[in-house]
Amino acid sequence: MSLIAEKKSFGAVLWDYLTTVDHKKIAILYLIAGGIFFIIGGIEAMLIRIQLAVPDNDFVAAGLYNQILTMHGTTMIFLAAMPLLFAFMNAVVPLQIGARDVAFPFLNSLGFWMFFFGGIFLNLSWFMGGAPDAGWTSYASLSIASPGHGIDFYALGLQISGGGTLIAGINFLVTIINMRAPGMTYMRMPLFTWSTFVASALVLFAFPPLTVGLFLMIFDRMFSGNFFNHLLGGNTIIWEHLFWIFGHPEVYILALPAFGIFSEIIPTFARKRLFGYSAMVFATVLIGFLGFMVWAHHMFTTGMGATANAIFAVATMAIAVPTGVKIFNWLLTMWGGNVKFTTPMLYALGFIPSFVAGGVTGVMQASAPLDYQLHDTYFIVAHFHYVIIGGVVFGLLAGLHFYWPLMFNTMLNETLGKITFWLFFIGFHATFFIQHFLGLLGMPRRVFTYGADQGWDLFNLISSYGAIFMAVAVVVLVANIIMTIAKNQPVGRDPWEDGRTLEWAIPQPVPFYNFKQTPLVRGLDTYWIEKQEGNKEGMTYAEPVMDIHMPNNSIIPFIMAFGLFVGAFGALFNGEKAWAVPVLILGLLITFISMGARSLKDDLGYHIHKEDLLNDKGGKH
Amino acid sequence: MANNADTHVKNRTEYEYSRRRSADEMRGQVTTFAIMIFLTLIAFSAVYAGFSAYYVAPIILLLAVVQVVLQLYYFMHMSQKGHETASMFLYTGVLIAFITVLTFLTIIWW
Repeated sequence: MSLIAEKKSFGAVLWDYLTTVDHKKIAILYLIAGGIFFIIGGIEAMLIRIQLAVPDNDFVAAGLYNQILTMHGTTMIFLAAMPLLFAFMNAVVPLQIGARDVAFPFLNSLGFWMFFFGGIFLNLSWFMGGAPDAGWTSYASLSIASPGHGIDFYALGLQISGGGTLIAGINFLVTIINMRAPGMTYMRMPLFTWSTFVASALVLFAFPPLTVGLFLMIFDRMFSGNFFNHLLGGNTIIWEHLFWIFGHPEVYILALPAFGIFSEIIPTFARKRLFGYSAMVFATVLIGFLGFMVWAHHMFTTGMGATANAIFAVATMAIAVPTGVKIFNWLLTMWGGNVKFTTPMLYALGFIPSFVAGGVTGVMQASAPLDYQLHDTYFIVAHFHYVIIGGVVFGLLAGLHFYWPLMFNTMLNETLGKITFWLFFIGFHATFFIQHFLGLLGMPRRVFTYGADQGWDLFNLISSYGAIFMAVAVVVLVANIIMTIAKNQPVGRDPWEDGRTLEWAIPQPVPFYNFKQTPLVRGLDTYWIEKQEGNKEGMTYAEPVMDIHMPNNSIIPFIMAFGLFVGAFGALFNGEKAWAVPVLILGLLITFISMGARSLKDDLGYHIHKEDLLNDKGGKH
Repeated sequence: MANNADTHVKNRTEYEYSRRRSADEMRGQVTTFAIMIFLTLIAFSAVYAGFSAYYVAPIILLLAVVQVVLQLYYFMHMSQKGHETASMFLYTGVLIAFITVLTFLTIIWW
């Protein structure tokens, strides 16, 4: 629903979004916030590429470069990629499984606001004495020694937004386990729902180690703990393990939903059923499982010993097998299909070779002896950008075009979309392909500049020009979005004409209660089955029209997250400023009082009455 | 969304069935409770008897594991049907925690 069509005052719209517990509106919030952070992270990336365009550059100073580099990585992973994926999960998953909302609408809102305030807190570091500067991995010895408050902003900000992510993950698990429509068995769930399910399970198990690691970091930095201080019996390697026990599954938390998006797009536009559905499900689960067994491949050079290195090397290579299964299934879905080359499909086609390239370099690094050569060079930078951009960002951009009509009932301009794709695709490969060779030529990563005439000058310049293409692509995309919103042409149900799954069967704009009657799912690709049988309504219903129970909107999640945000400033300046402890207490009081208000006052929601549903008033009085 | 809960009056057979089931469950819970008290007594007396710590520590850990299992299966109803997903997640969590601890004990050198 577009803001213009509603004709409400700005204040009313703002209040509506601040208090909303509707998964569709929370999806839009995630999309906006994630999009803004994506642009901030992108600007940081551009600054990095400007600095590295020519040797011996002094565009930014070394210390500032470290901050930009750290914030680029942290922002892109935690504040851009994950929230944008949550945007699509929120927008699509409940509709795909025939649910009226997620299992815990209140927590859904709380998860968003915690992510949002954590992200704002982290980025406020720029204006409050300097951003974190120890890399997004924030390795302990380096980060403990970091002067200023940058690392404290990192630890506290990620703690808050990580809590939000954990809440969101648990919410999706419960939703998918408990709220599937009648007939929607596990093996009839669309692949995006499956990958959301597995990614949420990974969130559930991966974020607690991060939480523990961040708490140890906070204790070390703020209360003189010595968990990572080897001089007093600690061990700096503990951070690395805790971080990567989280960090490696995190890669799959990002990649699996992107795979899920492509697994929806490819059958839609190849107009064929997904090839090897059960193998795809199996591969998704297997990738999720193996994702937990490989974290130490980030640490081959820390001296874990040959046995440990060998075990983790073999486990890492094993992940290539289920990933290969997926790649072949996508190819075979397209094989013999009547392929329609829309923007999302272009991204899907671009994704396959790009991601395979990233996967192949991954297997190269999995081989521990070779990794000793490649470690901390630009080869690694090239590899993970191939995986994250070639896999995840392509997935996000594809999803943006694909699900835009579902979320807003308008369609992004296809011509501009294709221009965006080609600019982005060319720019991406120009930027990062050449970085493989920079790495092989010995250029170390994380350096703020380099000497001339080592054979790196031209390649770095090419890489920087490539980044300009990507920046222009994003500008075109933003222009496209603004134009689409300004035009506001409703497109109605199933705008891609080949929608297969339940979300496309819902009338547009999607009613706030999603389904007037809970649908009956009669097989994989529910909507496709109904279409084949000539069912104009697009759904078979599992129940008569009945009263619908809905949750009330609430401002409490916002206040709860805001309390943590306030309290974090107190914790950060503890022992330095006189106001620190009162502010900490104030923040926690805000949070606990709002938790108390939520617990003590029953909020039972309201009912949309059957008569109103039948009158087609949609329940709104 | 269970907003249309029907009121259902139990007939004689159903009533007796649910009564018998509750009685069975109660018996299970009381038995488990007794076993747990007994296990706790063993743990305390092992320490009190002054055996070697190398003997006592593993015994106590083993008893603790047994207690956790009893707790989960009898008091938290994991023995009943419909808890398959929950137990799968639980065991996955246990596995990951185990691997983490194993790593910290084996491949981190000091």
